[in-house]
Amino acid sequence: LTQQSTAPRRTPWPAMTVVIGFEGSANKIGVGIVRDGVVLSNPRRTYITPPGQGFLPSETARHHRGVVLTVLKEALQQAGLTPADIDCVAYTKGPGMGAPLVTVAIVARTVAQLWRKPLLGVNHCIGHIEMGRLITGATNPTVLYVSGGNTQVIAYSERRYRIFGETIDIAVGNCLDRFARVIKISNDPSPGYNIEQMAKKSSRFVELPYTVKGMDVSFSGILSFVEEMAHKLLGSGECSAEDLCFSLQETVFAMLVEITERAMAHCGSQEVMIVGGVGCNLRLQEMMGVMCAERGARLFATDERFCIDNGAMIAQAGWEMFRSGQVTELKDSWITQRFRTDEVEVTWRD
Amino acid sequence: HSGLDHNQKTGSCFFPSSSNATVPRMALEKASGAARPFLDGVEVVKQGAEARLYRGQFLGRAAIVKERFPKRYRHPSLDEKLTHRRTVQEVRSILRCRKSGIATPVVYFVDYTSHCIFLEEIVGAVTVRDHLNSARACGRDPEHLHALVERMGQILAKMHDEDVVHGDLTTSNMLLRGDADGGNAELVLIDFGLSYISALPEDKGVDLYVLEKAFLSTHPNTEELFGALLESYAACSKKSSPVIKKLDEVRLRGRKRSMVG
Repeated sequence: LTQQSTAPRRTPWPAMTVVIGFEGSANKIGVGIVRDGVVLSNPRRTYITPPGQGFLPSETARHHRGVVLTVLKEALQQAGLTPADIDCVAYTKGPGMGAPLVTVAIVARTVAQLWRKPLLGVNHCIGHIEMGRLITGATNPTVLYVSGGNTQVIAYSERRYRIFGETIDIAVGNCLDRFARVIKISNDPSPGYNIEQMAKKSSRFVELPYTVKGMDVSFSGILSFVEEMAHKLLGSGECSAEDLCFSLQETVFAMLVEITERAMAHCGSQEVMIVGGVGCNLRLQEMMGVMCAERGARLFATDERFCIDNGAMIAQAGWEMFRSGQVTELKDSWITQRFRTDEVEVTWRD
Repeated sequence: HSGLDHNQKTGSCFFPSSSNATVPRMALEKASGAARPFLDGVEVVKQGAEARLYRGQFLGRAAIVKERFPKRYRHPSLDEKLTHRRTVQEVRSILRCRKSGIATPVVYFVDYTSHCIFLEEIVGAVTVRDHLNSARACGRDPEHLHALVERMGQILAKMHDEDVVHGDLTTSNMLLRGDADGGNAELVLIDFGLSYISALPEDKGVDLYVLEKAFLSTHPNTEELFGALLESYAACSKKSSPVIKKLDEVRLRGRKRSMVG
């Protein structure tokens, strides 16, 4: 009798649901396969540009076109699966750069039709959040989502991931990337990683503009300041490139921790999760950890495998959506460069 | 026992007469300024993002002490600069608001060494946030809430006409003193911790944008209510049209951003 009462609830779904996810909204292209909370494979490639240069949409798309089928094969091989084992094909619907998004969506649509599997368009930001929740086990955290294109403080309420704070101009990752271009820091493996390594070699703080407005932040003033001052300061020997990296990180991360803490105080939250490419910066994680310890809160963070854009995060968000009954019809399987986190109805959470 | 109980029993205030007063666990680990002895035996009410709030008495009046303690995640010199600047700006903005007749807590005393501000405690008040939530939960008549947001709009208009930019407008930072349910309550603005003086429509527009986002994310599906707040703001402010124009611009900045990556 007791055994009967603890038997799992019968669901209309197959015992295992396998979702493949395609991501390519910026300069990474990834294909990941997830089966009921287990990442089976998650290969990725990055389009790296020379120092001083950013990535342009058409060239990035060309890069993605060149490698996407190789990455797809790797994903299937590493997972030890054939297309017949897949239940659903998820792809990034947006936000992101138009040309790379289109490239990846075409591949997703094609394989979905070849394999006769349902399609699912996923919001990229939701992908980060769901991947973070899966990997860290955080249940209902305040989310700091920081990447090259996004800076948002998010909390869940009433079927939406609501944006409590965000940048009012450029993203924090964009600020770091463009700073790296100004002083010609390498883009390999990423400008942010190289800034982090250089910052470790300094402890000299140069004051930079600090702009927090409630739960919102602004980075354009800092960028203008360093763009104008960097060469003067470096040329006169007043400070080193390492000092600038250190001061920039200390300033922008302090702003991010401040707005996260404000959102936590506002929502009464005791959990923080950092997601997005900038989220793998250990100094940011350290500063957030200090703030959390002072408040008696818990910090959840992930490493570069899952922080940085990848296919598994799209598969994981797709898995949640698919299990809650969503699919995307072929005629609706377009992409969009602008797609806000709070536009998605979260049908898979209470 | 709490520090507040102790104060009541001995009848002491913040003056250092009560030498045996218990120090709260978290109180002022390093502060050395004039405020230090005043804080003995008070009760920690809340730890916000910016500061710790203590409740106690100041010369016999109910008081809140706002202590900007060092933020250890920040670089010390950045922390010191921000903390000092914000303490100065907070007091300056409160005084300017009070001079123009906007209800805010009275500033009793400021200690710039330990970054403590001694403020009047707004006794028996509820936050607009709690009031809105409970009023919506129990299905209060829409006119009641409309009257409330209209008053909010009027007061913000007055504040901006005085060139005070609050910097952290949320429904948690507005209190209702008196009979909140009856509709005769007084609206009190609090927490000027990020405020500053500025005449720029851009700064005021961002101030409203911050409120809009906080309002709509805290109280889902209240777009119409917030619209009424803005209408009332526009009608009451003498300088509203460039501010509303900037608000529209700032909103577009958010929506238009490509959000790549």
